Amino acid sequence: MLHIKCPHCGMRSQNEFSYGGDATVKRPELGEEISDHDWDNFVYNRKSLRGRHWELWQHLSGCRQWIKVERDTATHEIFKTLKANEDIS
Amino acid sequence: MQKYSVFSLVKNALSNHENWDLAWKDPTPKNEYDVVIIGGGGHGLATAYYLAKEHNITNVAIIEKGWIGGGNVGRNTTIIRSNYMHDENALFSEFGMDLWRRMSQDLNYNVMFSPRGIINLAHSDAQMNTYARRGNSMRLNGIDAVLLNREEVKEIIPMADFSENVRFPIFGGLMQPSAGTARHDAVAWGYARQADDMGVDIIQNCEVIGFDVSAGKINGVRTSRGDIKAKKIGLCVAGSTNILAEKLNMTLPIETHLLQACVSEPVKPVLDKVVTFGAGHFYISQSDKGEMVMGGDLDGYNSYAQRGNLPTLQHVLTEGIAMMPFLSKLKMLRTWGGIMDMSMDGSPIIDKTHIEGLYLNCGWCYGGFKATPASGWTFAHTIAQDRVHELNAGYSLNRFNTGHLLDEKGLGTKTWIS
Repeated sequence: MLHIKCPHCGMRSQNEFSYGGDATVKRPELGEEISDHDWDNFVYNRKSLRGRHWELWQHLSGCRQWIKVERDTATHEIFKTLKANEDIS
Repeated sequence: MQKYSVFSLVKNALSNHENWDLAWKDPTPKNEYDVVIIGGGGHGLATAYYLAKEHNITNVAIIEKGWIGGGNVGRNTTIIRSNYMHDENALFSEFGMDLWRRMSQDLNYNVMFSPRGIINLAHSDAQMNTYARRGNSMRLNGIDAVLLNREEVKEIIPMADFSENVRFPIFGGLMQPSAGTARHDAVAWGYARQADDMGVDIIQNCEVIGFDVSAGKINGVRTSRGDIKAKKIGLCVAGSTNILAEKLNMTLPIETHLLQACVSEPVKPVLDKVVTFGAGHFYISQSDKGEMVMGGDLDGYNSYAQRGNLPTLQHVLTEGIAMMPFLSKLKMLRTWGGIMDMSMDGSPIIDKTHIEGLYLNCGWCYGGFKATPASGWTFAHTIAQDRVHELNAGYSLNRFNTGHLLDEKGLGTKTWIS
C-alpha cells in the first residue's frame, strides 16, 4: 500500500486518495489560438514513462484537496508532495 | 520440424524423451532483415507467424528484451470472447474467434481452447436493456448471444448469490456460448515454434536502445546485441509502448497501468463458465487444475511495477465474494500483475505511423490476450502490404485527432479513473 503525505493533513494511506493523472499537463488558456495537435496533447497524449512522475491525487476521504505527488512509477517511491497551487520546481 | 502427435510421443517415450527437437533456435542476430518485430509476446510472435505464412516474408527477426512469452501472454486470465457491440470491435474479435477454433491444428500445438461460454451478469432492469441491445448488435454481426433471465442464470451458475437481500441482485445476464479460455503460454510457444520453423529468427535477451530514423524513414534499430537494419519495423510491446515511443519522439494516447490477477487454491470442478460481475469489475473462471482464476480493476495509477497493491486486490475480491459467497472460504494461492497499455478510448491501435516503415500495435487495455491471433494476422497484413486491412481500419492512430473514437463502454477518455 502507498502512504502519501498530504501537505494539509500529513501521512495517510492510499485508501483515502483518488488518482488524477499526469500533473504536468496544462489546459490551453481560454481564448488562446491553439492547433488540433495542442488540444490532442492536452486531452489524449501522455508520456507515461518509467521512473519519476509528477501526478495529481485528491485526498478524497480526507481534506478533499487536490495535491501534486512525485512518485516513481516502477518502485512507487514517493519523493515529494506539494499543494495543488505550488509549482513543480 | 518434428510433428507433435501421439505417435511422436510414443516414439520419443521409447528413448526417454531425450531426442526431441528444440522447439525454436537461439540465433545470433543478422545485420539486416526485411522486417523486425519488436516484442516477443503473443502479438509479436503471431505477427511473425502470419508474415511468414500469409505473406511469404520469412527474413524476419523478433527481438525481445527478456524471454518470449514472459510478459502479458503468460500473465492474463486467458479469456477469449467477441461480445462487443461496435462493429469494428465485433468483426475484428469474431475474425479472431475463427482463428482460435483452428489454432491447435494450425500450430500443431495444443492450446487447449475451451469454448465454455461467458456470462456477463446484469443487476438492474437498465443493465438488462443495455445487454439486450449489445446482444442484438452481436447477433447482427453473426456472433452468438443469448439473453438469460434470472432463473436461466441460476440454472447455469447456482453457486452465485441468488438470495433476496443482496446489494446487487442478479436480474439476468448476457451469454456468448462460443467464448471461452485457452492455455495462454501454449499460444506463445505454438506461434514461436511455427515461426521459427518457417525461418523467423527469435532473438531473446536483446533490448532496443534506439532507432535509426532519417528523412522520415526507418532504417533500423539499435540493440544491446548490435545494430540491425530493416526497412520495416513493427512495435508489439504493449506495456512498454510509452518507453519505446519516447525513443522515437512520439507521444501516444496511452498510459501505462498495472492490472492484477490471482488464483485460489485448486478445488473440485464448480464453475464451467467465465462469469463477470456487472456491478463492478470482476471476472472469474476455473482452470483445468481447479484453481479459481480471478481479476478485475487496474491498480489505478501509472505503473511499471509488474506487481500489485493489496487495496485493489481487496476491492476486486470483495466484488467476487458479493457475487459468489463461497469464494470467501478459499485460500489465495498466487497473485501477480502485468503492465497494460491503457488507450484513451479503451480500444487498441494497429496502424502505420508518420515514420515510413514504422508500424504500431499497442493500446490493448484489458483485452490483449483474446486478440492475439487477429492482432497478429492484421498487423502482418498492415506491415506486408503497407496498408491497413479493413478489419483493423477502425484501430487507427489518428482517430483521437479526427474524433472517430472507438469507445465500447461509452465512458469517454481515461476510463480507468473512477
